Amino acid sequence: MLNFSKINVLTIYLIFFLVAIFSFLNFQDKNNQFIDKKVNLGLDLQGGSYLLLEINSDTLIAEKIQDKVIPIKKLLKTNNINYSNFIINNQSLSFNINEIDKFDLIFYSRKDNLVNPYIDNYRSFELEYKKRENNQIEILFSKFGLLTVNNAALKQSIEIVRRRIDDVGTKEPTILQRGEKRILVELPGLKDPERVKELLGKTAKLNFRLVSENSQFGTDELISENGEKLNVSKRIIMSGENLIDAQPNINNQNNEPTVSFTLDRIGAQKFGRATTDNVGKNLAIVLDGKIVSAPSINEPITSGSGMISGNFTFQEVTDLALLLRSGALPTPLLVVEERTVGPDLGEDSIRSGIMSLIVGFILVILFMFYKYRIFGLIANTALIANLLMLVGILTILEATLTLPGIAGIILTVGMAVDANVLIFERIKEELKTEKSIIHAFHTGYSKAKITVLDANITTLIAAVILFAFGSGPVKGFAITLGIGIITTLFTAYFLARHLTSIVVLKNKNGEIRI
Amino acid sequence: MNNNFNFYSKFKSANIFSLIIFLTSIIFIFFKGLNYGIDFKGGTLIELRADNTDATSIRSVLNKMSLGDVNVKKFGKDGDYLIKVEQKENKNNKIISQIKKNLFDNLNTDINFRRVENVGPKVSSELLQSGIIAISLSLAAMLFYIWIRFEWQFSVGSIIALFHDVVITLGIFSLLSLEINLSIIAAVLTIVGYSMNDTVVIYDRIRENLNKYNRLDINEIANLSINDTLARTIITSVTTLLALSSIFILGGDILRGFSFAMILGVIIGTYSSIFVASPILKLFKVTYKTLEKEEDKIIP
Repeated sequence: MLNFSKINVLTIYLIFFLVAIFSFLNFQDKNNQFIDKKVNLGLDLQGGSYLLLEINSDTLIAEKIQDKVIPIKKLLKTNNINYSNFIINNQSLSFNINEIDKFDLIFYSRKDNLVNPYIDNYRSFELEYKKRENNQIEILFSKFGLLTVNNAALKQSIEIVRRRIDDVGTKEPTILQRGEKRILVELPGLKDPERVKELLGKTAKLNFRLVSENSQFGTDELISENGEKLNVSKRIIMSGENLIDAQPNINNQNNEPTVSFTLDRIGAQKFGRATTDNVGKNLAIVLDGKIVSAPSINEPITSGSGMISGNFTFQEVTDLALLLRSGALPTPLLVVEERTVGPDLGEDSIRSGIMSLIVGFILVILFMFYKYRIFGLIANTALIANLLMLVGILTILEATLTLPGIAGIILTVGMAVDANVLIFERIKEELKTEKSIIHAFHTGYSKAKITVLDANITTLIAAVILFAFGSGPVKGFAITLGIGIITTLFTAYFLARHLTSIVVLKNKNGEIRI
Repeated sequence: MNNNFNFYSKFKSANIFSLIIFLTSIIFIFFKGLNYGIDFKGGTLIELRADNTDATSIRSVLNKMSLGDVNVKKFGKDGDYLIKVEQKENKNNKIISQIKKNLFDNLNTDINFRRVENVGPKVSSELLQSGIIAISLSLAAMLFYIWIRFEWQFSVGSIIALFHDVVITLGIFSLLSLEINLSIIAAVLTIVGYSMNDTVVIYDRIRENLNKYNRLDINEIANLSINDTLARTIITSVTTLLALSSIFILGGDILRGFSFAMILGVIIGTYSSIFVASPILKLFKVTYKTLEKEEDKIIP
């Protein structure tokens, strides 16, 4: 165990230097042009916001099932199936029919079925029906239909969230899908996430609808900006989807902040036709179910551009323009988890983390030197090498360092010496019975090997599980703890052993005391 | 150092002691309960720094908002306060901005919001669930690993010791009403790893000594092995505790609970490797024959 061939020694130190050199990349000020790698600081250290958003699947499904009303009625009519008692429930539709067998055949037809499409991926239809009492049928989304609808909405939401956040201009945001209904957003450096939360909390569904005089069939009663109730036609003239641009503006005449918008070709046509036909009437601009303003149509607007005004502040029109540009979210997003750390707390955490690392390190080094003298120095050299390699690997992986991650490094410092302690204690024992020093070291190393491995693998198991289940900062702890074990094994079994062999071989005839 | 302490004679009293502490911990965990933080209970946590105010004024501002259970206390340095708001339902994205606005409007001082955390009820129950799964899974993984490396008696023995450590650590947290949050789960998992590490070192020696002195009783073997490895056990515990104390004292308030749990865990884990994991082997009637039988199985 103490014989190293030249090639072995070379490999050991080469690996050490190649890995350790990366740790120094973190200390350079300017960006290196060749290798630009650094340990990322977690949100808890550099400050920033972590948001977990969830789409509201219930409102989504309610909306989607409503979209099925007309196609299903049409399907029944074209196939001459008489129905009665058609009810739109929150998450389902129900009606009574007599010819259930016939309905079944059409409903579950795989050929060109637009009403109830067959999803090849899941080998399932989008909708399913259940027989209730008295020939009543209830139509609802199938398990995989729900999955498809949610997934589509989630993908769309992520896209829109990304556009809105990019528009706000935060640096390097992370936006990821989490599970079936959630979006993870990380905004480093953001001090106050309230504005972002507000922007993400609005679906920003915009549409233009005519105001009608009375509450006839086909109208909604909506609240206008000054609190009065207006009857607005259900028919949507044009919606936000037809917008290609929106910008905040100040109206030249009355200095009022407004949003000016530009429509695409189809939108411009629709808008032009509707304003031509309805001169003199009021046009309600409805945003998320509330009337923003309801100006009267003075003349046909055919240019494909227009303006939205309505008691806004400049901040509000800036946000509204941003929301309209990014498009409407399919459902409202709920913030189900939020963690924000201010930049000064982050700095404090770094300071106290580094401080406790240095102090812990010095304490351990002093203790080891006091306990083992020359071999303590070897263990300490291995410990320093261990730290350099640990930081080096974190840099190579561009891992994220969190406050618990720093704790993981300190803990590694405390536990890393264990491998050398195990070996040294074993050698001590061997020295009692063994005359040849070299022999004692040799047996000591080989006997301790299995114990060291067993002992470290157990901690590694804990670290892996922690990594799999932990979130955010805790994951950072698992990373440093896990990598720390690997570098510990390397430094104890290769570096420290080689250093030991130098000392032992030099003094093989003299006295050696551990 | 030639250790020859008679641990063996204290096995019985230590076991009774462990059993009492273990049962007391269970009683505490079940009847007093654990003080879950917002990670597992849901709610809002705000850490703020403001000069010209005190906890009472902050509390009175928040009480006017009828948020439910509100807890305000001084935290860390002078002028730092920690606010915890219980949350009943999470249908309101604006709660934090409302709290901020109210504090700004009513306190008439500069407020620096250093940390804001808000966990919805659904997420908190998921976090708790995954924490429990992670701890159970790590125990199962350890059980399996030791079963492969040793024999089943050793694997069951080490798991009982781990269980002992985890329950007593949580029991002390319950007794002192310390907060259980995500980092405590991380600490508990690390304790599991550390305690296992300690136990494995002794077990490894027990296995070796069983082969060497096959006429000795398992308790004597255990005693011998504990003495053989005692220097290592103490030195490693000391270096680990040195590192942990450094975090506990200098690492700031956020790491305090974590490092405290770890310090407890290292002490209890070291104790349990000697006084719980080793005597259990006697209970399972482990002799050198147990090892032989296993070897026969592997090499037919």
